[in-house]
Amino acid sequence: MAQKFTLNVNGKDHTVDADPDMPLLYALRNDIGLNNPHFGCGLAQCGACTVHLDGQAIRSCVTPVSAVGTGKVVTLAGLGTPDKPHPLQTAYVEEQVPQCGYCINGWIMTAAAFLRDKKKPTDAEIRTALEGLKCRCGTHMGILRAVKRAAEMMG
Amino acid sequence: MTKFEKPAAFSRRAMLKTGGALVVSIGMPISLDAVLAVSEANAQGAAAAKPALTPDQLSSYIAVNADGTVAAYFGKMDMGHGLHVAIGQMVAEELDVPFRAVRVYMGDTATSVHQGGASGSTGIQLGGKQMRMAAAEARRVLVDMAAQKLSVPADQLTVVDGVVQSKSDAAKKTSFAELIGGRYFNVQLDWNKQYGNTLYAPGKAQPKKPSEYKIVGKPIKREDVAPKVFCQEDFCTDVKLPGMVHARMLRPAVAGSVPVKVDESSIKDIPGAKVVWQNGFLGVVADREWDAIQAMQKLKVEWSPVAPPFPPQGSLYDVVRKSSVRKRVVEKENGNVDEAFKSAAKLIEAEYEWPFQSHAAMGPACALVEVKDGFATCFTGSQKSHFVQAGIAATLDLPLDKVHVKWMTGPGSYGRNDADDCAMDAAVLSKAVGKPVRLQYMREQGTGWDPKGPASVHKARMAFDASGNITAYEFTSKGFSRVDVDTNGGKPQDTLAGHTIGVKLASGDGFGVPAESYEFANKRLTWETIPPLLDRASPLRSSHLRDPVGPQIHFASESFMDEVAADLKLDPIEFRLKHIKDPRDIAVIKAAAERFGWQPRPSPQRQTGVKVTGRGIAYAQRNGTRVAVIAEVEIDRSSGKIRAPRFVVAHDCGQIINPDGLHRAIEGNIVQGISRTLWEEVKFNDKNVTTVDWISYPILDITETPEKIETVLIDHPEIAPSGAGEPSIRPVAAAIANAIFDATGVRMRRVPFSPDRVKQSMA
Repeated sequence: MAQKFTLNVNGKDHTVDADPDMPLLYALRNDIGLNNPHFGCGLAQCGACTVHLDGQAIRSCVTPVSAVGTGKVVTLAGLGTPDKPHPLQTAYVEEQVPQCGYCINGWIMTAAAFLRDKKKPTDAEIRTALEGLKCRCGTHMGILRAVKRAAEMMG
Repeated sequence: MTKFEKPAAFSRRAMLKTGGALVVSIGMPISLDAVLAVSEANAQGAAAAKPALTPDQLSSYIAVNADGTVAAYFGKMDMGHGLHVAIGQMVAEELDVPFRAVRVYMGDTATSVHQGGASGSTGIQLGGKQMRMAAAEARRVLVDMAAQKLSVPADQLTVVDGVVQSKSDAAKKTSFAELIGGRYFNVQLDWNKQYGNTLYAPGKAQPKKPSEYKIVGKPIKREDVAPKVFCQEDFCTDVKLPGMVHARMLRPAVAGSVPVKVDESSIKDIPGAKVVWQNGFLGVVADREWDAIQAMQKLKVEWSPVAPPFPPQGSLYDVVRKSSVRKRVVEKENGNVDEAFKSAAKLIEAEYEWPFQSHAAMGPACALVEVKDGFATCFTGSQKSHFVQAGIAATLDLPLDKVHVKWMTGPGSYGRNDADDCAMDAAVLSKAVGKPVRLQYMREQGTGWDPKGPASVHKARMAFDASGNITAYEFTSKGFSRVDVDTNGGKPQDTLAGHTIGVKLASGDGFGVPAESYEFANKRLTWETIPPLLDRASPLRSSHLRDPVGPQIHFASESFMDEVAADLKLDPIEFRLKHIKDPRDIAVIKAAAERFGWQPRPSPQRQTGVKVTGRGIAYAQRNGTRVAVIAEVEIDRSSGKIRAPRFVVAHDCGQIINPDGLHRAIEGNIVQGISRTLWEEVKFNDKNVTTVDWISYPILDITETPEKIETVLIDHPEIAPSGAGEPSIRPVAAAIANAIFDATGVRMRRVPFSPDRVKQSMA
């Protein structure tokens, strides 16, 4: 049965009526109106739904809304804005990374969590950190350029 | 573009030009927003405001807003290569307006004519050609108008940034905005009466000479990247309408089976849950998305018992070889091939195999359809919105003008993926429940039930005389059709909704032959198609997957050329250049070799050791474009893993519109090409497809991505532009196979080169 949950998303509290097993993704997209995380697989295999939960990159398509608790959720929209972009967002624009763009939440949110903790990563470290994420258009070369550029911007 | 800026409202007052080409209609004040919803305007009988949206009207392609900005209405759309930037460049160039003054509105059936959608890498080649001619005509008309207004002969006028001025007296000037801003052209074009890719409707104007270009050829960036990374652009998955419900489809566990008993009470506790069941069509709707998924999972269904339709996976290529040929087409033949093979002193023969592959788009397809008061509105990521319009009209038995299809960016598209099926399913559901229905497939439906790239077997043979000279070459492809279901959902016979409701599949025949310029005295290129494994709603129905059958054909033909070169102990490039005759083909091969630093020597090197490195070349044409690809590949014999650290791609697509977009389009082609070569294979058992997610259908990982993809872009401003969306994926598999052979002496003749298969081959 549906229960009330208070979710802190991008710095604001939202109350959501939902089945405790409902994945966070549906609360974000349909109840809170944040379209940025996408449904890619529902199986935690692709990353299109990635958000931060207390700073960790998680797959919102398999995270039950009841497991979020008082954790702070940040989506790609909460990562930065055109006025105050995250370095990865700047780098993505500079490097013209996306083709269809459906996958970008996975790459940017995962890379953002990685670059926060890892300064001056090597190419191999960047690749390992992003292992498993999917991009079907094959923009991988651009993704690597953008993450390296963002890493340089972040010192 | 999917984001429409709010254009300033303008007034279209009574004004009638006589003597000129232009007649401006009388109308009420209207904003371009309203124009963008022309279908509603048509429905309300207000269409008099604008000439009919027909291919023979200039206003169907180009409009000048009151502020002088330009709207370009394009009946194709961008699948991620930034096509709209290139189209904007071509339009701005011909009109002599700044690039930023042009907005390209794509793939909306209410604002654009049927130019075929995204199709066959023709966005610039055919779609752009038309937009260029329309823009040139618009400029001509505007200059004529200015000539009258300024009393200066047209040939004494010049246009700079949308301002028409006298060449001799700069004070004599007027702007496009003053001449027609906010009003429509009413200019007839010379339409060839074709719709789709071949639509062509020039005016009287001649386009510019390449030497006059200021915008075409420049590396202009996409402006739609920022909206994507700042979450300001809605995808087709993001649209919501008042009263909308969510839906999911149910597919049988055994392909060909249909529901015979559906227990709606099994989902009665789910809020708003409702079953839509028509013959074999079975879907559920609910108020909330998660509930629709629950309903799909919980609904009790009894399915009809059917004999499992598919042969064992392991026998796929035997089935192809033994299957009756439904259609055989000799596409190219010269000399007397049979005679030459009969009298051959020596033969080289080989066969190559390519599996079914899935589009496996980043997200499963999604569509939102509202059927209301005899009118259907559809939001879709389909790359062919005008065909979706026809498909919905046919499926719901509505007149074509009562269906509005609006394309929005979807979760990736590389051909006839699951998008058109999804739009039709959503249309049936919306009509049944009387509400707007948002349907998104589940991952296992997207990968398991999308139309597949066809599996095939390719035979190649070469005949030699006693002196070792080549006397004949024959290449034959035999496979499932690339149009078992058509390239679009325009007819119910080609969609799952059609099949499940009861329309029979009318499987078409299509394959292809190598596109190259090898000259041999006797040469024959043939394709053969075989019937599908299941004649209705099949998860193995085959259709167009990027460069429809190019990767498989050229994997075989370009691997075979390498085999022949190796047999003759010739350097693979030297061998090719000896027999390839087209100068542009020769130029791309030489350009790739030069950039790579290719040192002539025969393959293979037959290196010993666990990790070995090789190089391989392959080349292909595609509808005017030429590509040569050189791959540097590392093979780990112990793990069977292939890594391709470096690619060099030489690319000639005639006139380059935007080198920046072209470079990125090629990179994506190469990466997807490596993925399809090393990893991708649809697997199935006798009942159904079993590759249904990213674990069972793996694609290339970023840890396996090349370190470098170098492109050499050969520009021919004097040659009409051809396509770049697909050609460079064509030679990738052969280049990798040839590099593996170069390193190891082992010839890979079956794709994918998965670690297990490589290990077996090396053993």
